[in-house]
Amino acid sequence: MTTEALPGRLVDFVGALRERGIPVGPGETVDAAAAVDVLGLADRDQLREALASTVLRRSGQRGVFDAVFDLYFPVAVGSVESAGEPPSDVFELRDALVAALAEGDEARLRALAASGVEAFGRYGNAGNGGSGGAGDTGASGSGSRLSGWSAYQTLGEVRPEALLARVLAAMRTARPEDGPLGEALAERQARSRIAGFRERVQAEARRRTAELRGRERIASHAVAPQTELVTFTSATSEQFTAMRRTVQPLSRKLATRLSSRRKKARRGQIDLRRTLRRSLGTGGVPMRPALRNRRPGRPELVVLCDMSGSVAGFAQFTLLLTQALSDQFSKIRSFAFVGLTDEITHLVSAGRDEPEGLAARILSQARVTRWGMSSDYGESLGSFVEGWEDVLGPRTSVLVLGDGRTNFGDPNLEALRRIADRARHVYWLNPEAERFWGTGDSAALRYAELVPMHECRNIRQLSQLVTELLPT
Amino acid sequence: MQEPLFGSVDEVVERLAGAGYLASTAVATTVFLADRLGKPLLVEGPAGVGKTELARALASATGSELVRLQCYEGIDESRALYEWNHAKQLLRITAARDEQWQETRDHVFSEEFLLPRPLLTAIRNPDPTVLLIDETDKSDVEMEGLLLEVLGDFQVTVPELGTITAARRPFVLLTSNATRELSEALKRRCLFLHLDFPTPELERDIVTLQVPGLDATLADSLVCVVGALRELDLRKAPSIAESIDWARTLLALGADRLDEQVVQSSLGVILKYQADHRRAAAELRLDRLLDPASP
Ligand SMILES: Nc1ncnc2c1ncn2[C@@H]1O[C@H](COP(=O)(O)OP(=O)(O)O)[C@@H](O)[C@H]1O
Ligand SMILES: [Mg+2]
Repeated sequence: MTTEALPGRLVDFVGALRERGIPVGPGETVDAAAAVDVLGLADRDQLREALASTVLRRSGQRGVFDAVFDLYFPVAVGSVESAGEPPSDVFELRDALVAALAEGDEARLRALAASGVEAFGRYGNAGNGGSGGAGDTGASGSGSRLSGWSAYQTLGEVRPEALLARVLAAMRTARPEDGPLGEALAERQARSRIAGFRERVQAEARRRTAELRGRERIASHAVAPQTELVTFTSATSEQFTAMRRTVQPLSRKLATRLSSRRKKARRGQIDLRRTLRRSLGTGGVPMRPALRNRRPGRPELVVLCDMSGSVAGFAQFTLLLTQALSDQFSKIRSFAFVGLTDEITHLVSAGRDEPEGLAARILSQARVTRWGMSSDYGESLGSFVEGWEDVLGPRTSVLVLGDGRTNFGDPNLEALRRIADRARHVYWLNPEAERFWGTGDSAALRYAELVPMHECRNIRQLSQLVTELLPT
Repeated sequence: MQEPLFGSVDEVVERLAGAGYLASTAVATTVFLADRLGKPLLVEGPAGVGKTELARALASATGSELVRLQCYEGIDESRALYEWNHAKQLLRITAARDEQWQETRDHVFSEEFLLPRPLLTAIRNPDPTVLLIDETDKSDVEMEGLLLEVLGDFQVTVPELGTITAARRPFVLLTSNATRELSEALKRRCLFLHLDFPTPELERDIVTLQVPGLDATLADSLVCVVGALRELDLRKAPSIAESIDWARTLLALGADRLDEQVVQSSLGVILKYQADHRRAAAELRLDRLLDPASP
């Protein structure tokens, strides 16, 4: 990597970040260039930190940044020189992996990830035309679109998860005097090293495919998006775990925004009638403006959510978030439905200590269906109105969470109209992309005629909606 | 351009270590850059990961004066920038009955009656200064406007006195616990460093540095347990400060290794919530000890 080639590389790098939802402005790009100027390129770790400090503005972006950095500023080109002889077959590789995982030997793990990809990751005719030649040639590349290096294929062959027991046994032999605490720690360590190895394999496969096909395309396809942009309806369970971790910090942030909005709303409002009345004392000149009275107490929130299929993850996340925001409301009551509605307020508040199983507990402990697991909006809205209409009042805001897919059943618009009539506000948050509303069995557009409906596909949209919609 | 504080990133590491602060590559690189590029450094991260301590160590490593502006809800210009000493002004006015008003006026709005607050103090200081604006996220958005103004060109206008320009640019370090998002404008003015919990190796070194006399193997196990706890998604994850407290406690207890009993009896030092306590006990398999042990 030479300094002359750098400005172009930096511009491409910044472009790739933008494509992944990290807004890097021209000012940041100039800073990044200045940073490189001051530091030089000799030390890759310093370069990484320098670029991170100039182009990033929040912590959630770091994962994406690192993956894109690895693509644009790779450690090496072609197959990485490995520490020691590469293993000759998958059995040897797995044996070596067990030892390296047990010892936590970083250098060896990196080398094994590289040899794993080299040995098992190839598909199409990748690597046949002399690896390492592609260099910086961008999108042109020599490989066809159907060849590359696959992490999925590599991991399928190596199956690192299945090595857990062997790794633990090896760790036990190394430290025979460990009690149950030591074993619990060893197991955590082993699991996190295995997860680390998976990530290495993924990064290595991305790096080598990028050499083949150009960085731009790989950056936009293979780099996972940052947590707040992961769509609820397609998130993997790992991504949900990452999302759950954001609940507490996010709720603190939202709480601050809500309370500052509340303060502002109270601060500025002038009560015209009272001001004029007062002005009678000063000959009709309004000398002392009268401020509008504070609204008494905090609003009540009712959350009504579809817990079926692919929208359950969205519902679960939103329930945890509203629960974490409970200080902002005088009361929160939560309801879930699939084919039938049941109250789940107690399950949600108990879920605070163990958030990961919330959806499962709701499905097993609440009566949310008569039969089957397909949603029935008509029946569900109807049973809510029937059983709990009295929880709605002039101080209640209702959040409905769901995709409005009725399985072609009756949408029961009348029930939603009843809810809207009784409550102060009703907002519908739909985790489906707006362009799909009303397609197939979606009654979204018909519901949207009765209550405002908002697209809510990821954490970023959800936080925006929460701070904009919720009354204060 | 003023004389840079450090010659290289490695020198940052070395000199901070001399001041009792062990810096990661990320910390050292951004500190180096902030100084070279003359930009404020915004350090964001959970409580207890060493944000405030970094400013302290930086001041001590560079022989600078540390000027600290602690932010809080409702902090305003008169607390952050300057204020007129009204009591003293009034006294002066009462004492000067027969003076011309204009004369008195000029006098009471002079240097003598000015109460400089941290921002002004840092700007006027002719000697090297580290300006720490701590917990910026606690202040209101209006405060950010003021910071933007001051950190933009390092000058302050006091209407009665005129414009005061920094004799020497302070090294500015802002911290935030990220309880709210700071404004884009302020962030753009700064270099950004997300400071998270350190790697196990670094944390072990920090603990050993802060608690001399702690057995090396014990330090290793301690860091390992703390790391496991941080993965648990607790309400309040233990920070470096808690690791250090725990190490001190273990030293005081005379523990030489970390077993279930010791962890169980001292877990209260690192975990503040009952729910977190229960969770940790279950995950670390302390639970079978928990029942007979608890009264
Ligand atoms: N890198 C480090 N080197 C040495 N000590 C550290 C380091 N990071 C944190 N500490 C210790 O942790 C304690 C808590 O750090 P502090 O700066 O108060 O956290 P924060 O301001 O981020 O909440 C400090 O008193 C210091 O003893
Ligand atoms: Mg602090």
